[in-house]
Amino acid sequence: MNPMAEPPQARDPQPTPQTLPVQGQEDVVRVRQVVRSLALSLGFSLLEQTKLITAASELARNTLVHGGGGSCVIESVTATPAVVGIRLTFEDHGPGIDDLESALRDGFSTAKGLGLGLGGSRRLVNEFDLWSQVGEGTRVTITKWRQR
Amino acid sequence: MERIPILKIGNLLLVTIQVDLYDRMAEQLQEDLSLAVVRSHARGVLIDISALELVDSFIGRMLGSIAAVSLVLDATTVLVGMRPAVAITLVELGLALPGVHTALNVEMGMELLRHVNDARR
Repeated sequence: MNPMAEPPQARDPQPTPQTLPVQGQEDVVRVRQVVRSLALSLGFSLLEQTKLITAASELARNTLVHGGGGSCVIESVTATPAVVGIRLTFEDHGPGIDDLESALRDGFSTAKGLGLGLGGSRRLVNEFDLWSQVGEGTRVTITKWRQR
Repeated sequence: MERIPILKIGNLLLVTIQVDLYDRMAEQLQEDLSLAVVRSHARGVLIDISALELVDSFIGRMLGSIAAVSLVLDATTVLVGMRPAVAITLVELGLALPGVHTALNVEMGMELLRHVNDARR
């Protein structure tokens, strides 16, 4: 069998899941780059890519600045053969968030920034899940599906 | 650390951001630019972001504060060349960059600066 005959959709464009450290500013840039190339290989539109990497940048910075560093898991997910997406999980073992409601509201910020990080990134993706426990850490999972 | 070059053209300063911005690099640019405005007596600052694939809240905040600082130092800032996808994402993120002049390209940005500076005279 000729491996070249394989349809492009059937190939996993990049090995996922992939775990990246989020321990410094260079890692924030690295997360953006890896997410962008995965989105590109899965055929995301330019606008979808831009929204996803912007959300990834916000959340990676949150992990770094508020969580004291952590990690980001990047994976491609499939709902049906035609519906593919990217799921990102940002996790830290920092102080956690006391008041989740307020943290998601625009204008809320405990560090430098505009306080748009969490609420803003939620608007840029299809699914958004926030878990946090004071003293244990924070985990944010976002999913963006490719629009057909 | 990599630094973003600032070019002087007449009484304008032109900054073209062509790299994926690290936070520290963005902060350095803000400092370099305010010094350059004072040193060169520039009346206008053009920031070309046509190569930027994203503007998140940190970069947006930095661009807004560059504009505010420049204005205090008597120079008007125009942000030029923002990609449509970046503009849509910025607005959805909740960042509309109030008080920052924008233009579609460097040439139109220079034209805008001429008008703004004529009006301020």
